[in-house]
Parts: sequence; structure tokens; C-alpha cells
Amino acid sequence: MPTLAELPLRQLARVCHLRVEPELAQRLIALGLRPDREVEVIRRGWLSGPLLVRVGATEFMMRREAAKLIDVEPLSS
Amino acid sequence: MKRIALVGMPNTGKSTLFNRLTGGTARIANWPGLTVEITTGRIPLGAHLVHVADLPGIYDLEGGAEDERLAHAFLAETSLDAVLLVLNATQLDRQLGLALQLAALGVPLIVALNMSDEARRAGIRIDREGLAARLGCPVLAISAKRGEGVPELKHLLAQHLQTAEPHCADFSRVTSSTDWHAEEAQLFGQYVRRPSSLPEGITAKIDRWVLHPWLGLPVFVLTMYCLFQLTYTLSAPLQDVMKALTGMIKSEWLTPLAQGWPPFLAGFVVEGIFDGASTVLTFTPIIFLFFSLMAVIEDSGYFARAAFMMDGVMARLGLDGRGFVMLMMGFGCNVPALLGTRIIRDYKARLLTMLAIPFSLCSARLQIFLFLAGALFSPARAPWVLLSLYFVSIAVAMGTALVFRKHFVSNEPFALELPPYRLPVIGHVWNRGWGETREFLKLASTMIVTGVALVWLLTHYPSEQASYAGVVANFFQPVLSPIGVQSDLSIALIFGLVAKEVVLGALAVIVGHEGKELANHLAMTLDAVSAYSFMLFTLIYVPCVSTIAALRKESKSLGFTVFSVVWSLLLAWVVAFVFYQGARWLGF
Ligand SMILES: Nc1nc2c(ncn2[C@@H]2O[C@H](COP(=O)(O)OP(=O)(O)OP(=O)(O)O)[C@@H](O)[C@H]2O)c(=O)[nH]1
Ligand SMILES: [Mg+2]
Repeated sequence: MPTLAELPLRQLARVCHLRVEPELAQRLIALGLRPDREVEVIRRGWLSGPLLVRVGATEFMMRREAAKLIDVEPLSS
Repeated sequence: MKRIALVGMPNTGKSTLFNRLTGGTARIANWPGLTVEITTGRIPLGAHLVHVADLPGIYDLEGGAEDERLAHAFLAETSLDAVLLVLNATQLDRQLGLALQLAALGVPLIVALNMSDEARRAGIRIDREGLAARLGCPVLAISAKRGEGVPELKHLLAQHLQTAEPHCADFSRVTSSTDWHAEEAQLFGQYVRRPSSLPEGITAKIDRWVLHPWLGLPVFVLTMYCLFQLTYTLSAPLQDVMKALTGMIKSEWLTPLAQGWPPFLAGFVVEGIFDGASTVLTFTPIIFLFFSLMAVIEDSGYFARAAFMMDGVMARLGLDGRGFVMLMMGFGCNVPALLGTRIIRDYKARLLTMLAIPFSLCSARLQIFLFLAGALFSPARAPWVLLSLYFVSIAVAMGTALVFRKHFVSNEPFALELPPYRLPVIGHVWNRGWGETREFLKLASTMIVTGVALVWLLTHYPSEQASYAGVVANFFQPVLSPIGVQSDLSIALIFGLVAKEVVLGALAVIVGHEGKELANHLAMTLDAVSAYSFMLFTLIYVPCVSTIAALRKESKSLGFTVFSVVWSLLLAWVVAFVFYQGARWLGF
């Protein structure tokens, strides 16, 4: 299953599973990144910096290593 | 007395609402996690005097960093007559859960859907009656920024408080936030209507430039450059007026008045207190403008972008993007920046960030550098000297993190919201500028006056030729001469440990001149290399006692505090030494 880190920019996907550690999961969930929500990656930071992610009306940044632990299912647009 | 608390997720506008309700001046910024302490105020509401508390933002009711835990502890320990829950109306898809979670604890809840101006613009429609019925509490739409709905909210609060029974949230009954997701989604689906697709907003357009891989950094440097250039250009004429004014007071009024006094007293008052304090006071316009402009940047939402841009670099130093934002906050004052690290959960990550912050070139140090750069370098060169000091400041902060990152290995996973850009509120910008100016004047009238008075006494007692300052100077001579600093400036540096604002005043007293004459005198005694060395040392060594106190309080470790102080002293000397000797060796 592809992860958030591999998702092409601006490709909508459905969140399936968060394999990150509990504390980060709690924060991501509070920001809206939960199973069954739709997510997209808006931009990637330079120097292998963070990802800018959008869920609903919330945009937030997260590190790429964490994004590798989030399984998503790309949605056909 | 009745008590209410403002609760909600970070950046939902709690502090803005707090200021609206109480007429207070709590700090506001478009940066999640600005408030890290509990601010309180009192207002009359209906028949009662009400105690209002503004809490740090919380994402839910468990865990989190120190700022969140502070809010949890407050809620768990305080008996409240009403909990005013502030939600961002444009983000109800993830914020309604907090209302459900709190309602389940039986706290007396009132829900304010804030930012309804933004929700309206986005075409979001909310059925408030429906929500209120399901949540079992009043739900109001407000815009704290514009004041819309705030009178109604006050009215409702006053009514509610008449019958309210104080209640303490029972945190032992807290259930996981995930338990509420299904209901949250259901409420959202039933009561919130949102257009299916939104056109690309202004935020996305700006971000394309600000977050651009190659343009982002130039945009950052340009922003900072504009901040300083604007401060400088706008305040220069005001500064001239201040200088003229103090000069006039001295020549027209003070000097004639002191003529009949014994020489020691006249010297103490005129060349000690007056010259010292007035040199510092001429920087009042700079303080005002600098902090006003800083407030504009803080309130725009740029901080979160800076965190995004710099995270890749900061990660390699063992820090994260938020650390860079703290360094930027430190450009104003290091103390709030140190407090701001409370949003970092991992203790080691926090310590490493706190180790870097004191090197951030704060506004007090800026005064010294502005003065010296203006006095000792040509107008064409002075801005570059200043700019270089900012680069040194950031480089030293980052270098320190790089050196010690192995000892503060952390695993701080983080996610940070990038809120939409927002227009700053003029009232708040004014409050910030004026608030900091008032603090500066307060400091000037106490600490700085005391400082310069002491410096004068030390340099003139028992006599000018054999003063205590001379003894101190001789003592420090072996340390200071290798870095090109005249040892008679050592007193100024010692007082600089207390507060950097005193340094200029102390210089004026030591040299025996103020304003323009001080500048001329320094230009004759210091050359460019030793002046820059002095500035490097001043930039890097211990910022001030308030910073040390904040370090101690936030780290809760005396050892760490001592380490930070010793490191900065050592580093300051080594950097100044290498620069000074290197420049001399190269023939400058
Ligand atoms: N458009 C709009 N912006 C608002 C409104 N209320 C607050 N803001 C802005 O939202 C941002 C955050 O406001 P704060 O009052 O600092 O938020 P807070 O909830 O105290 O944030 P933390 O202290 O970080 O938890 C600021 O830029 C405010 O100007 C509103 O009603 N409408
Ligand atoms: Mg706040």
C-alpha cells in the first residue's frame, strides 16, 4: 500500500492506517489526519524538508519520515 | 467571584477574544502555540465581577507538551462557572470533538464559533440551533477580531452566570478523543454545509512564492531586511528629535541648574545619570517601531512558513522548524522566545533549542550595534555591519546546536499547522509597540538609571584617577586586550550582564560624553576592527539576567543554566579573539 510520502502532489487519497508512534498519532489525528479522511500533499520542502499536507480545511506540515508511516489509498479523480 | 476560562485548540482566537472581553493586551499571533502561560483579567458582567482566564491552546484533553499540560491542570484544579470554548468555525470537521469531549465531563460549556467572518467568506453555513441542541449548551457565532457577536456573547455570559454553579472538570473521566470521532463526523455532516470545492485562495497564491524552494530564503532575508530598514528609516527623524530635545534640556536647564552644586554631585547628576539615561532613551522610537513591525509579521502567519522553510536545515542541527521561529521571536526579546519552547514536548529537544536562543540578536543588543555602527562606520557600510551581525547571530545559534546535538539527541515528532495568512489588527500592533515601549521606559527609569549611576560612582570614586572601575579594568585587562577591547570598557560589559540596555548608557558615562560627542569620541578611540570585535563579544556573551532567570525556570536545571552561561562567555571570547587577531594578522 502506498504511503503519504510517495503520494504525488495534489493527488487526493484516503487515509488508511497510521503506523506512527502514539504521541505523534494523537497530534495528527487532532489535526484531522484520521482513517477514512481525504488527504493531499500540497508541497514538499526543500533540502528534503517537511511535507505540507491538507486535510479538510486544515493545512499542516509534517516530516517525511512520519509520512512514510501513513498508509493511504489514492483516489481516482 | 465568578470564574470563566477560555479554552480551545491553538490559534482559534482565544487571546483575541480575551482582549475583547477584558480590554487586556494579551499577545496575539497567527502562530499556533503563542500563549504558553495562563493570563487572567477581571470584568464586570451583569451583577458580578468575573475572573477570566486565557489558557494555552489544547488539541484534546490528554498528553501534549508543557503548554497543553498547564491548561489541563488548570481545568482539572479550578472550579469554573463557565468554560468558554472557542472553536475555529472553518475547521469544525476536526474541532467539534473537543466540544463533545468537554461536554461529556459535565463542564458548564458555552461554545463560541470564532472566525465566522472567514467561515462566511468560505461559504460555510452552520446550523447553530441544531448544534446547540445536540451539545446541550449555547452555541454562538462570533468574530473576535472584528468584535462581531461579542456583545451578544457578553450578554449570554452574564445571564448564564446568574444561575451558574461552579464546577470542576473531573479529568479522571476523560475518554480518548478517538471515541468521539464518529459523533463528530455525524454532527459535522448534519449541521455544517460547505461548498464542495473552493477556489484557490490568496494564501495558496502567496505560499507559492514564500514557500518556493529557491525563492523562499531570499523572501525571508528580504522580509527581515525590510523590517530593519523600515524601523531604521522611520525612526531616524524621531531619534533626531529626541536627541535634540535631551540636548536642549541639558544645555538650557540642567547645566545652569547644576552650576551651583558641588562638583561631585553635579558630575553625578549631569554626566552620570542624565548622559547615561538620555543616550539610552533616544532609542525609544526604535523600540516602538521595531516591535510594531514585529507584531505585523507575527500576526500575518509568516512564522509558520518560516518553520516550514527552515525545518530541513534545522533537522540536521537536531532542532526543528519551530526552533527557527523561536530565534526570530528572540530578535525582539530572548525571554518570551525561551518561554515559547514550551510547545516542544521532548525535554532534550527543548534544552537544545534553549541553548541556541540566547544568541538571537535581541532589540537591546540592536541598540548598541545601531549606535556603534552609526558612530564608527560610514553610512554606506553601517547597514552591512548590522546585517553581518544578524548572520553571525543565526550562525552562532545554529552552530551551537550543531556542536551539542549529540548530547541532546531527541525524538520529537511534530506536526505544525500553517494557518491562512491574516491581516494584522492595527489595535494589536499598536498595543505591542506601545506595550514594549512602556516596558522599556520602565526599565530605563529603574534599572538603567541605577546602572549608569553606579557606573559613574565606580568610575569617579574615590577619584577619577584611582577609581574602583580602574581596579576592575586592570583586573580584566589580560582577558580583554587580546580581543581588542579597551579594558576601561570592562565596566560596561559587566553591567551588560545585567541588561544590555545599560551598556550604551555606561559607555556614555565612561567616555564622559553623550549622543553625538560620544559617537565622535568613540570614533577616535576605537578603530573598525576593535569595534567589531567589541560588538561580536557583546552579541555572543550572556544576554542579561532575565534571560538567565528564564533559562533556569524553563529548564528546571541549575547545571544546564550554568553550562549555557559559561558556554556563551567562552564562545564570545573565542570568536572575538579569532576575529580580532585574524583581522590584525591580515593587516587591518
Ligand atoms: N479572521 C479572523 N481572524 C481572527 C479572529 N480571531 C482571531 N483571529 C486571528 O487568529 C490568530 C490567532 O489568534 P490568537 O488570539 O492569538 O489565538 P489563540 O487561540 O490565543 O492562540 P494560542 O495562544 O496559540 O492558542 C491571530 O492572527 C488573530 O488575529 C476572527 O474572528 N477572525
Ligand atoms: Mg493565545
